[in-house]
Amino acid sequence: MGVSEILAYALGIISVASALLVVFSKNPIHSVLYLIITFFSIAGQYVLLNAQFLFIVQIIVYSGAIMVLFLFVLMLLNLNKDTEPQKSNLFKFISIITACSLFISMIAMVKGVGNLNLPSEPDSQIGLVKNLGMVLFSKYVIPFELSSVLFISGMVGAVMIGKKETHDIN
Amino acid sequence: MTDSILLFKFVLAIVTFAISLGVAAYATYGERKIAGLFQDRLGPNNAGPWGLLQPLADGGKMFFKEDFIPAASEKFLFILAPGIAMFTALMTSAIIPWTSPILISGALYQVQVADIDIGILYSLGFVSIGVYGIMIGGWASNNKYSLMGAIRASSQMISYELAMGLALLAVIMMSGSLSLNDIVAAQKGSFLGFLPNWNVFKQPVGFLIFLICAFAETNRAPFDLPECETELVGGYHTEYSSMKLGLFLFSEYINMFISSAIIATVYFGGYNLPLIGRFVTDPNALAAIGFAVFFAKILFFIFFYMWIRWTLPRFRYDQLMHLGWKSLIPIAIINLLVTGAVLILKDYL
Repeated sequence: MGVSEILAYALGIISVASALLVVFSKNPIHSVLYLIITFFSIAGQYVLLNAQFLFIVQIIVYSGAIMVLFLFVLMLLNLNKDTEPQKSNLFKFISIITACSLFISMIAMVKGVGNLNLPSEPDSQIGLVKNLGMVLFSKYVIPFELSSVLFISGMVGAVMIGKKETHDIN
Repeated sequence: MTDSILLFKFVLAIVTFAISLGVAAYATYGERKIAGLFQDRLGPNNAGPWGLLQPLADGGKMFFKEDFIPAASEKFLFILAPGIAMFTALMTSAIIPWTSPILISGALYQVQVADIDIGILYSLGFVSIGVYGIMIGGWASNNKYSLMGAIRASSQMISYELAMGLALLAVIMMSGSLSLNDIVAAQKGSFLGFLPNWNVFKQPVGFLIFLICAFAETNRAPFDLPECETELVGGYHTEYSSMKLGLFLFSEYINMFISSAIIATVYFGGYNLPLIGRFVTDPNALAAIGFAVFFAKILFFIFFYMWIRWTLPRFRYDQLMHLGWKSLIPIAIINLLVTGAVLILKDYL
């Protein structure tokens, strides 16, 4: 095994272990911190693949922005055992069924992909900004533009919801 | 060949680490001397000649103070937080191009620890995760004031990151690369015949936005709301003592050093000095001059940080948020659009 293979396995173990800890920790803040570790270990996998742009976007967007917001909200709510809302058994039952069906559909997806035909000598330069930009703005330009429209509609929606609430207070 | 590069990078990483710590230590001395100057006092002058040993005395004091951990705190996170703050502050120095390539036994070496394709995004990324140290420390202290400081730090960081990224995008559009080496290389030569070809002259609005955001991101006055002592006792580090407090305070100075270096690299031509290429041709001499010039620029910005701190009063928290969201972000977006329009029009003229 080469160094990068050992690192890939180590990162994989870290991400799976911390992802499990996200689910099993009692304290929501600890869950978020484990989720941050998961995101970092996934970012590490991108480094091993020389996908530098994906690595840094993973860190800026997920670890840097989204998880800071998560932590921010949880710290403001200050959840602990005394204030935790009691969930009914029905609610737990529904969540178990939903989670199981999601798991089954994911397994089906993995099986459905079949033989991937991966190239034996992958292009190590494909993850650099220049190549990624070329592909995004030529081959995948329509999905790219569509997702930006989706983002704008999300932003407009967030502003609308935010505005409505301040209006009610005033 | 690869071995010698590896050895060179290893030595460079250690030197960069040492320089960051050294500059940060003497920045604390500079801060107090400059505060003295601004308030018509002497500043530290007892430890050694002109008080030059003051940072060592401060460090020694920090180590020998009682290290207190509050009983109701989350012990592990409480201890981890100052380490995270320090780690993220030091990591950013990896992408700074210190000077032009140097010639060692016939081979050129880049004086930069990691010449990565995405240099400038890397700095943004590590700035944005730097807030975890403050947030985790503030929360783990289990203290209202610490928590308030942590929450202020996180919302401030997210708000100013946006404007900072937008201001940088205009520079990236102009130089056509995310690598700091290319950004520095694009600033060689002259602009309009008499100015150096630095981005500050092409992007004055972007530079101002970036500078304001850099103050907010490093938690320096007038935006040091997370540790605002008139409202929050000591802010996020209220419960910290001994060297843990020292690490928090020290990481602020390292952040200041690194962000000065990034401002100098992105907007002030990095190690470029106009016209120097006409008089000096030896690459090693050029590198030495480049390093000195780059350091002079960095020291100027460190001084500028302190100048602002001891001149302007602190913002109120709502003013800070209004400035970020309602002024800086719209101006940065307009700046970006104007830059794009000019870049396109230039091709048709």
